[in-house]
Amino acid sequence: MHELGIVMHVVDQVEKVAVENNVERVLKLTLEVGEVSSIVPELFTECFEWAKKKTEHLKDTELELILLEAVSYCRDCKKTYKTTEHAKECPHCGGNDTYLVTGNEMNIKDMEVV
Amino acid sequence: MEKVRTIKLERSVLADNDADADALRRELKQKRVFLVNVMSSPGSGKTTLLISLVNRLAKRFRVGVMEADIDSDVDAVKVAEKADCKAVQLHTGGMCHLDAAMTRQGLKELGTDGLDVVFLENVGNLVCPAEFDTGACLDMTILSVSEGDDKPLKYPLIYQKCALVLISKLDALPYFPFDIEKCKQNIRRRNPHSTILPVSAKTGDGMDDAAEWFAKAINNFRESK
Repeated sequence: MHELGIVMHVVDQVEKVAVENNVERVLKLTLEVGEVSSIVPELFTECFEWAKKKTEHLKDTELELILLEAVSYCRDCKKTYKTTEHAKECPHCGGNDTYLVTGNEMNIKDMEVV
Repeated sequence: MEKVRTIKLERSVLADNDADADALRRELKQKRVFLVNVMSSPGSGKTTLLISLVNRLAKRFRVGVMEADIDSDVDAVKVAEKADCKAVQLHTGGMCHLDAAMTRQGLKELGTDGLDVVFLENVGNLVCPAEFDTGACLDMTILSVSEGDDKPLKYPLIYQKCALVLISKLDALPYFPFDIEKCKQNIRRRNPHSTILPVSAKTGDGMDDAAEWFAKAINNFRESK
């Protein structure tokens, strides 16, 4: 349940930015979440819905999570593939010398405010 | 009509914690206090191993220990009774990990004046603590023989992050199908540069070597600018 810990850090940061920018209310908050990052979107959303009630500027904020596909790259055959289907092993050549290109993201993208 | 505007943030969800952790690391460097973040599963023997390690280091260094748990103070009481060091218990308020702000608070409670090294025993958990930078100078993990040699395959991040892995409960090796060489390979797949030291806090096997490794790391830290 580290989602709650992450939510608290997100809420604190957004509240701070809201104060710095003389924001009255945050209408929408958008995050990018990689498919193989350690955030479970459903849990994260639940924690956010709980945490936002205790804030100054986020009480009615809509949360949008943009899910980013996980893609790995194979150093042997220089091709990419879907990480969630094949994990560490390249489906093109069977090689193991692969690494994650995208899919690990946990970013706060932007916020719509008035 | 109120005008809607968009503020771009484009930052990690933990950007504030990462910045706080870096600031804490700089402060510790100035004070010459080597902070070690000890992570592992519940029941890997963190507390017992720490007591054994601290008592070996206490002859040469002034040591502090922070025990973090969701509840209770059994660990801090045990350390204070059995180890030659200053110890405090931290409660995470239900959280499954410590972040930089909680670590800073703990160090304040402990009081770092005159200490050379502080061990932070993080909450027993292989997932959440790995996500949050505590500001420690060294991240380490303990993998006990009874947990299986395939742990590094299941929990990539913690093994990727840790510069030191202690394989503990070596005395239990005859009773478990645990392959040390395979375990080392699995750890190296996650981090090719990590130091791996097999130990048993119960028999003392490997503990002097581990203490020596720490003594060197503490001295290097204290001497480097």
